[in-house]
Amino acid sequence: MADRHPEPDSPALRARWGQFAWTGDNAARAQDIIARYPAGRQRSAVMPLLDLAQRQVGAEEQTQGWLPLPVMEFVARELAMPVIRVLEVATFYTMYNLAPIGRFHVQICGTTPCMLRGSDDIMAACKAKGLKKGHTTPDGLFTLTEVECMGNCASAPMVQINDDNYEDLTADSMTHILDELAAGRQPKTGTQAPGRHTVEPLGGPTTLVAMVSENHDYRGEW
Amino acid sequence: MPKLKVDGVEIEVPAGATVLQACELAGKEIPRFCYHERLSIAGNCRMCLVEVKPGPPKPQASCALPASEGQEIRTDSEMVKKAREGVMEFLLINHPLDCPICDQGGECDLQDQSVAYGRGASRYHEEKRAVTQKTMGPLIKTVMTRCIHCTRCVRFSEEVAGVDEIGALYRGEGMQIATYLEQAAKHELSANVIDLCPVGALTSRPYAFEARPWELKKTIGIDVSDAIGANIRLDSRGREVLRILPRVNDDVNEEWLADRARYLVDGLTRRRLDTPWLRVDGKLQAATWAEALAAVGKVHPGSSVAVIAGDMVDCETMFAAKKLANALGSTMLEGRQTGLAYDTSNLAAVAFNSTLAGIESADAILIYGSHVRDEAPLLNPRLRKAVKAGAKVWLIGPWWDTTYPATHLGDDASVIDALPEDVASVFANAARPAIIIGGGALAKGGLGAGLGFAARFNLVREGWNGFNVLHFAAARMGGLMLGYAQAGGIGDIVAAAPKLVISLGADEVDWSKFANSLIVHIGHHGDKAAHAADVILPAAAFSEKDGTYVNTEGRVQFSEKAVFAPGEAREDWTILRALADAFGVTVGFDSFDELRAAMIAEVPALGAEGLADYGAIPAIADHAPASGVIGYAVKDRYLTNAIGRASPTLQRCSAELIHGVFQAEAAE
Repeated sequence: MADRHPEPDSPALRARWGQFAWTGDNAARAQDIIARYPAGRQRSAVMPLLDLAQRQVGAEEQTQGWLPLPVMEFVARELAMPVIRVLEVATFYTMYNLAPIGRFHVQICGTTPCMLRGSDDIMAACKAKGLKKGHTTPDGLFTLTEVECMGNCASAPMVQINDDNYEDLTADSMTHILDELAAGRQPKTGTQAPGRHTVEPLGGPTTLVAMVSENHDYRGEW
Repeated sequence: MPKLKVDGVEIEVPAGATVLQACELAGKEIPRFCYHERLSIAGNCRMCLVEVKPGPPKPQASCALPASEGQEIRTDSEMVKKAREGVMEFLLINHPLDCPICDQGGECDLQDQSVAYGRGASRYHEEKRAVTQKTMGPLIKTVMTRCIHCTRCVRFSEEVAGVDEIGALYRGEGMQIATYLEQAAKHELSANVIDLCPVGALTSRPYAFEARPWELKKTIGIDVSDAIGANIRLDSRGREVLRILPRVNDDVNEEWLADRARYLVDGLTRRRLDTPWLRVDGKLQAATWAEALAAVGKVHPGSSVAVIAGDMVDCETMFAAKKLANALGSTMLEGRQTGLAYDTSNLAAVAFNSTLAGIESADAILIYGSHVRDEAPLLNPRLRKAVKAGAKVWLIGPWWDTTYPATHLGDDASVIDALPEDVASVFANAARPAIIIGGGALAKGGLGAGLGFAARFNLVREGWNGFNVLHFAAARMGGLMLGYAQAGGIGDIVAAAPKLVISLGADEVDWSKFANSLIVHIGHHGDKAAHAADVILPAAAFSEKDGTYVNTEGRVQFSEKAVFAPGEAREDWTILRALADAFGVTVGFDSFDELRAAMIAEVPALGAEGLADYGAIPAIADHAPASGVIGYAVKDRYLTNAIGRASPTLQRCSAELIHGVFQAEAAE
């Protein structure tokens, strides 16, 4: 995280993004978002607007989207707030990408539960496909980031790719997901374990088993 | 008024006080880094932890905790001691401990508090965080690895200066204080973050590696760069003033100082007049005092003598020059160098009557022909406070960025007599309406119009006087009290074509109009007046003489001598006394004490520190209309006087921050 830095300001960056403005849809959506906050508190809309801007940038260049400095300046102008305050927000939250990014942002969890359930294998699978931590693949498809816990410990190990989670991974299923994405197809999201729907216990419930079929009063057994 | 106990002693504190303030009232010292009385509460350094009952059984940050009835606060318990040691140890984990090469050393809050409250040894062996160097312009030197993230600088620029340019980027351990794209801090109060920074992260760039605080002699002084009269401290070593810092005075400058006042110090040793000069055949030649005084003595001007006072002279100098002119039979005295000629028959009509602290409570303010940020940088934070409390502000004169919401009414001075209906109704209904008349309006006949405005909207009422004139020169009010004003301004003196003109550091005068006069310049810097002078008598700058100054409110303040004037230069009054001998007249004083006594005998108000009483503003039923597009006198906020123009630091500020010319700097 310490090596997160905004893409340096340059004439090329200004030339590419200096004219950034909302598309028709997004302009309406931005008005909608700003209207959610009380008058005089429009600055509160900075986070959703940054997200919207990031998505628009992503749509324009067919990637996950990121925030060039001129785009942050645009958001600051939209909300009539100092640009340093926008930059503070954008640098604080890691979900705002400060530098160009690939089409698929593979965020792989390496925190203890995932690590115990084999996240090292998942990382190896990614590495085998040419993904490198903190880098984008030469074809511009994948950017790999190692992140901390994303709250899917019950179905560890997991990755988040763009807006979807892929859980209960193995090296094989990870490779399959990457292949499918590279081929332009949408793999199944959520758990990859066969026979599992969400995060229900594998192999049936181990607690409250008497309540599976009907209501059961446990109080007498305490 | 909650009653509570601090370390077993019961005290009563004002409602709304915090626990930290309660402890201070009880005489307990609470260590702190992020808390600052004049900034909002952040509560992020955790150094002010105390034990509070009732409450959770853990130490609490006292700066952000309201004091309430029946609290029992302990600042001396084992829990508090351990908490402070713990916080201090964490703060020092990423602090480089490079005190021997840090300019803050000796006046560093972190140093002092780690001695007082720290463990004394570190248990940390891992690698420390390092932060890449940041640029913040020509005044602020940054060593961001030393930063402890108190965010005082961020809060100062946002809340006091009103210019959001410093921010805290990234998060957690990676947090960094920076300006957007590392641009220079550009506003007129930027260097105050140097004083605010509790560690050596932000230090003064021009002062880097100059001195240690314990080597310096501290002298109290008054700033002469504008008419606010900020209270300053002159830190000197040997014969040189090394830095200027603000002193706390809630009535005047709170604890801020404008950049251009702080860095006058670098001009004090440059371009100095340190020997008398005589113009011989059109060229200035160095001379001795005896030759110079003899040359002036030979003039025999009779009563055809005029004295023009500069913007930075003290009252004693002006009084001595006045006595000299009077002894020669002249009353041609003027201090308004650029040609202003407003009526000065009633000094209340040309003073800042609301007082600087009082203007904060105004609820409707009309700024009439004043670029406040350039002409009185320390007034603008006061106006910001007024606006935060709900005041409305209107501006007549070319628009400038006010840093608070204000409405522009027009550029022409005549607008004041044709206010829009809604503005007029706000002033008519305001409880504490005020007007601030600046030099730009005074030059267009705005004083009468301003007095008319005051009468129309009843600006002077029980417990409130909303009529204010904002001057720009430190010498102005003192000069007016001593009679340095002609009915027609400096034009009268030009018309009289005096044989001899004495310039008291008058560097802003158009001297080409005095081509037929002999010009004797008593000044300290080789600036505009020295170029025009026939005789130059080197004098003392404000740091080199005792003096009385009167600020735009009419507040009389005394400044002390920090160092001796360089070379052959003498204190101004001794030069004027010697000139009296050269002319063969008596002026009635032989020592500085006699001079001051004579001055106080003539103008008693100058003897008492504090606000002079000018009486009531005149009631004006009818006034000549003001007209003309207002222009502001200050073209370059850094180079406003002879000392500033000689200061390389301010020259660099002017070049980089105003004109956008960057000077290459050698790598350190």
